[in-house]
Amino acid sequence: MSAGVRTTCPYCGVGCGVRVEHDDDGVRILGDPAHPANLGRLCSKGAALGETLALEGRLLAPRIAGRETGWDEALERVARAFGESIARHGPESVAFYLSGQLLTEDYYVANKLMKGFIGGANIDTNSRLCMASAVVAHQRAFGEDVVPVRYQDLLEADLVVLVGSNLAWCHPVLYRRLAEEKARRPGLAVVVIDPRRTATCEIADLHLALAPGSDAWLFNGLLCDLERRGAADRRFLEEHTVGVAAALAAARASAAEPAEVARRCALPMESVQRFFATFAAAERVVTLFSQGVNQSTSGVDKGSAIINCHLYTGRLGKPGCGPFSITGQPNAMGGREVGGLATALAAHRRLEEPEDRAAVQAFWGSPRIASRPGLKAVDLFEAVHDGRVKALWIAGTNPVVSLPDADRARAALRRCEFVVVADCFPDTDTAALAQVLLPAAAWGEKSGTVTNSERCLSRQRAFLPLPGAARPDWWMFCELARRLGFDAHFAYADVHQIFAEHARLAHGAPGRVLDLGALADLDAAAYDALEPLHWPVGAGAPFADARYAHRDGRARLVPVEPRAPACAPDAQFPWVLNTGRVRDQWHTMTRTARSARLNRHSPLPYLDVHVDDAAELGIAAGELVSVRSRIGVLVAPARLGTDSARGQVFAPMHWSDAFASGARVGAAIPAAVDPLSGEPEFKHAPVRLERTAVDWYAFALLRGRIEPVPAFWWARVPAQGFSRYELAGTGRPEWSSLARQWLAPSAEQDWMEYRDESRGIYRAAAVSEDRLEGVLFVACTPQSPSRGWLEERMTDGRLAPGDRRCLLNGAPLAQGFEEGPIVCSCFGVGRDALKVGIAAYGLVTARQVGARLRAGTNCGSCLPEIQALLDGQS
Amino acid sequence: MSDRHAWQRVCRWQDILPESGVCARVGERQIAVFRAGEHVFALDNLDPCSGANVLARGIVGELRGELVVASPIYKQHFSLRSGRCLESPRHSVRAYPARVLDGSVWVRARRRLVVVGNGIAGLRVVEELLAIAPQAYDVVVFGAEPHWGYDRSLLSPVLAGETEAEAIELHPRSWYVEHGITLHAGDPVVAIDRGRRTVRSANGVTVGYDRLLLATGSHPVRLDIPGAQLPGVVSFRNLGDLGAMLDAIRPQGRAVVVGGGVLGVEAAAGLRLRGMSVTLVHRHAQLMDRHLDEEAGRLLAASLRARGIDLRLEATVDAVLGATAACGVRTSQDESLAAELVVTAIGIRPNADLARSAGLRCERGILVDDTMQSFDPAIYAVGECIQHRNTTFGMVAPLWEQGRVCAVHLAEVGVSRYVERVRPVQLKVSGLEVFSVGRIAAAQGREVLTLRDARRGVYKRLVLEQDRLVGALLVGDVQDAPWYLDLLQVGRPVTDLRSTLIFGPGATPAAAGAR
Repeated sequence: MSAGVRTTCPYCGVGCGVRVEHDDDGVRILGDPAHPANLGRLCSKGAALGETLALEGRLLAPRIAGRETGWDEALERVARAFGESIARHGPESVAFYLSGQLLTEDYYVANKLMKGFIGGANIDTNSRLCMASAVVAHQRAFGEDVVPVRYQDLLEADLVVLVGSNLAWCHPVLYRRLAEEKARRPGLAVVVIDPRRTATCEIADLHLALAPGSDAWLFNGLLCDLERRGAADRRFLEEHTVGVAAALAAARASAAEPAEVARRCALPMESVQRFFATFAAAERVVTLFSQGVNQSTSGVDKGSAIINCHLYTGRLGKPGCGPFSITGQPNAMGGREVGGLATALAAHRRLEEPEDRAAVQAFWGSPRIASRPGLKAVDLFEAVHDGRVKALWIAGTNPVVSLPDADRARAALRRCEFVVVADCFPDTDTAALAQVLLPAAAWGEKSGTVTNSERCLSRQRAFLPLPGAARPDWWMFCELARRLGFDAHFAYADVHQIFAEHARLAHGAPGRVLDLGALADLDAAAYDALEPLHWPVGAGAPFADARYAHRDGRARLVPVEPRAPACAPDAQFPWVLNTGRVRDQWHTMTRTARSARLNRHSPLPYLDVHVDDAAELGIAAGELVSVRSRIGVLVAPARLGTDSARGQVFAPMHWSDAFASGARVGAAIPAAVDPLSGEPEFKHAPVRLERTAVDWYAFALLRGRIEPVPAFWWARVPAQGFSRYELAGTGRPEWSSLARQWLAPSAEQDWMEYRDESRGIYRAAAVSEDRLEGVLFVACTPQSPSRGWLEERMTDGRLAPGDRRCLLNGAPLAQGFEEGPIVCSCFGVGRDALKVGIAAYGLVTARQVGARLRAGTNCGSCLPEIQALLDGQS
Repeated sequence: MSDRHAWQRVCRWQDILPESGVCARVGERQIAVFRAGEHVFALDNLDPCSGANVLARGIVGELRGELVVASPIYKQHFSLRSGRCLESPRHSVRAYPARVLDGSVWVRARRRLVVVGNGIAGLRVVEELLAIAPQAYDVVVFGAEPHWGYDRSLLSPVLAGETEAEAIELHPRSWYVEHGITLHAGDPVVAIDRGRRTVRSANGVTVGYDRLLLATGSHPVRLDIPGAQLPGVVSFRNLGDLGAMLDAIRPQGRAVVVGGGVLGVEAAAGLRLRGMSVTLVHRHAQLMDRHLDEEAGRLLAASLRARGIDLRLEATVDAVLGATAACGVRTSQDESLAAELVVTAIGIRPNADLARSAGLRCERGILVDDTMQSFDPAIYAVGECIQHRNTTFGMVAPLWEQGRVCAVHLAEVGVSRYVERVRPVQLKVSGLEVFSVGRIAAAQGREVLTLRDARRGVYKRLVLEQDRLVGALLVGDVQDAPWYLDLLQVGRPVTDLRSTLIFGPGATPAAAGAR
């Protein structure tokens, strides 16, 4: 397979095209220059995809209660459990919980099975945690879940407002395209609205660090300001919308004056006025919003408040304009298209519309059709917990880590009569609770289609054989359908047949923008060769004709009464916990943590704390902090800075029990959800911070694993050929014997130790035939030597002469310099190396840095951080 | 080079009557200046035959073709050019360069420094003196050994065959000539006349001094047991001992070394390298017990055993066996060890007898103050023969500092005091790298840092007290010894270095900053 395969990246919602080439060293991953999403670019995660393909640690055979078995036995077992439950307790006693990373064809089959044949609607996905609020906001405004913006619009805008989005880290390629456009056209204004200062702020002309959850006041205030300035598109409003008066009234009631907005949002008056003036003055505005808006108990209203401003000024349906909800996952949009949510039906048809139900049932030829919405993710797990749902199929997601009140989700699965998990990996926190594990085909092994954030439909193509007994998810659902007696309706030979059926269904609904009719007749070869294309296929941009899917064809302005987050901080829980992604990890790290390179950017879970808060609490950098909310606790090392404002803390969302103890942010986040979208409030959990008293901090680099870890807290970082452990605990362990146990020196001879007893310092290293086999460094405080140099020694073959002497120093002696934490993953350039290089060569621009140090010249994901370093040193 | 000891103006040319002399005071000395024809000459004014300061008043004339002055007392004639006494060369006087310039008479009057001891301590002072005040003294050196000065501290490498005997020579003969130093080698000084400021050698050479430097060294403690005087029993102290040891080396030869201190360990290792079977007998359970801790002692013992050296610890030698020559020893454990060579290394004592007999105050050694001056202001002493603030010396390191201080005071430039510092010990046998300094035992108020690397045979132990380094013990890797020594001697707080201290100066933040 040398010609190369064109496929699509499985990570974020940008949906970049990827070219895969096989060469002697394995697989080469390149950006696809012909793909409209990325035009050849890739971010650090995408570029490292090749490092995540190894079969080590994969689930390759079905398992029942931990025992490997064949598909027949496993599927029989699943079918029996589902069948019995449906028979005894009805269709709503079973559920599917899916992932925004499944392919459209997987989704389609699962959704068809649940809604048309089982007859319930308990099929929800982790997209519920991501952009469900935006979906409802779209439906309220447009009558249909349509994102009326394409990436090109960002590049044609005069103003891009980024609300609740760390685009630089979460959608790096799109950010880079925007940053490049801004460099080319400095007149392109960028406003970032985010309580937290993020890497995205590097290109911002204005950063509004508003009070958490106050977005609706800001956009209501903007609406009032637009009215004051006479910025309304009167004709558009009159001819194509309803509700402007009510929306304005609601806005005036909450945020009539900029002063009120400034007060509510805790922003300087001049920032508010500058934002309003900039918005009013710009002819073409894209307001891009993401999880900072969606993951809120008023997420739908926030989305509506944003959309209102665009409708009011007529800024949508034309180039360079529109409200732009960007999705977090690669195929959240595809899932929405097929109706893979408990609140949708199929193909943008509505569950609550009898005609739509009838049309779909007729199309499917199904014996029944779900007639009311199913349980949304959080409710679904609540129903699992209280026994209403008795059989649950989880595919490609890790809810024990990713749901709010994650400990309750875990308890729910423990209590559930029957849990089947289809995944690529057997060791996720969720897989541990399954009675039956089904081996799923992974990216690169399966084929199908995905739709990205700009409605661009592209093919994911297999370039690897199916390993072991792994199968694609659609096949598993078809097998379940067959065993439940619906085989005639699920006799698909391949994904093309599924897609063709989906395309036929997604055609002809009155007033709907989604229309895939043009693709219904693709033959297998044409489907296989399908080039990326946007829907509506063969039509102009959505809403260019100002026609909307509401029966009257008009868009709705929705009155928004701003609401504060569900849980307000109080004396007992005075801080606000915010959560989000880091640049080089994806979701619960099951895939990305397999790349040693990606693990180097943010190797550990952490808690961002403002330096002044930390000083008051007596917390030093790197010390463990317990973050306690009303429902649970997470523990992470403190990272001190000023990115988060005082009173706010931030923790990355990725870490699970597989990689750290007590690091699941979900455990501390109450399951408060938006009443309309059911999306949880991940960005605003009142918490209390406590310095965690431990007696020692340690790190170890080992070839093997430490199991179990005898420490109060630990984190494991998979690296190239070894694991790094960070540990902390109490008491006075007998380090010498623990070190021998963990590092397992082949001979006492090749063993070295350093002790400074009164400082509680212990260090040991094991060497075998001039190869470093492991180290253990213990101290009373987190300030131990940097791990970088030792990690390089673990990766290198033989120790260089002189290395041995300084192993326990953890750093070379007066020569060379530390790379520091990795900034550029592509070329392995670290923060310290960059600082030294910038100073030594007098570099001023990121381009110069790239020319001299290579950093940032490949994927460019690190350019914001490089810019920050440059800013910091000038 | 000009310094204050160079030319001095004495008087105007006209002030001296033709063919006569005047007495001038130059520094603290009387010099007789004579005018003969168009020339001027300068001699000591002191007539050695009469002991009177009278030569300036003698009659200037010519005798056997040589310009002379006749003493007004006993009429001996002294050459105006050389100061030689024509009648009795033993009574010659010093002649000084003199010249006329711009109508004035100039004399260059140098004093004489007599150095007793041609070893490393004495020569160190001379070297320092040559560097800071090369014109200050005429230097005369007496050495007891018939060799040029050599570095005694390097005897061990010579024994081990790692260094040639020639290489430990401090200076070649030409160095003495070049610097106008008179050397009397193999001719020990036997008496000091402090009244007349003269010394007398075994060969009867009498030399006057302005300043006398005693650097007579030390001698080894002898075994006080039966058979200790037998041929084949040697100490390990000088080139003579070394020669005896080298002569005794035979294939399959057997040696017993008595004393497991630094010198004993070095001797044992050296003899073993020369192919001898060696047994080292040491009084205590641990080798170098004054300088090592138990673990380092164990490593050293293991290392010696690995070289094939037998150890008898917690044992002494009760007798040397043999009728006409040593053929073995009997130990306190009642074991007989065959040996043709018995090397004793059980300590040294200062050579203070010469000073003592001259009435200088001595205890174990010659008492000196912080300027290295003895109780006689004209006499200085350095090295292993001295006792300074109740300390005697057996290592080479303190000599450098003593030499520097002494030279400064001899040159009469500046002020400088000898401050006794913590002294390190270091084995000088390759492959047996051991360094120890200061207080290495654990104790209340002390903090101990240790580093072990078994395969490299490395053990490091640093002891801190009130955040200052007070002891360092290095086995197997002594590369950073100078740095630790400096930290310890300077006594600066090591708080900022603590985390990397044991990894040496290359690991310090300062070193990192200098990259």
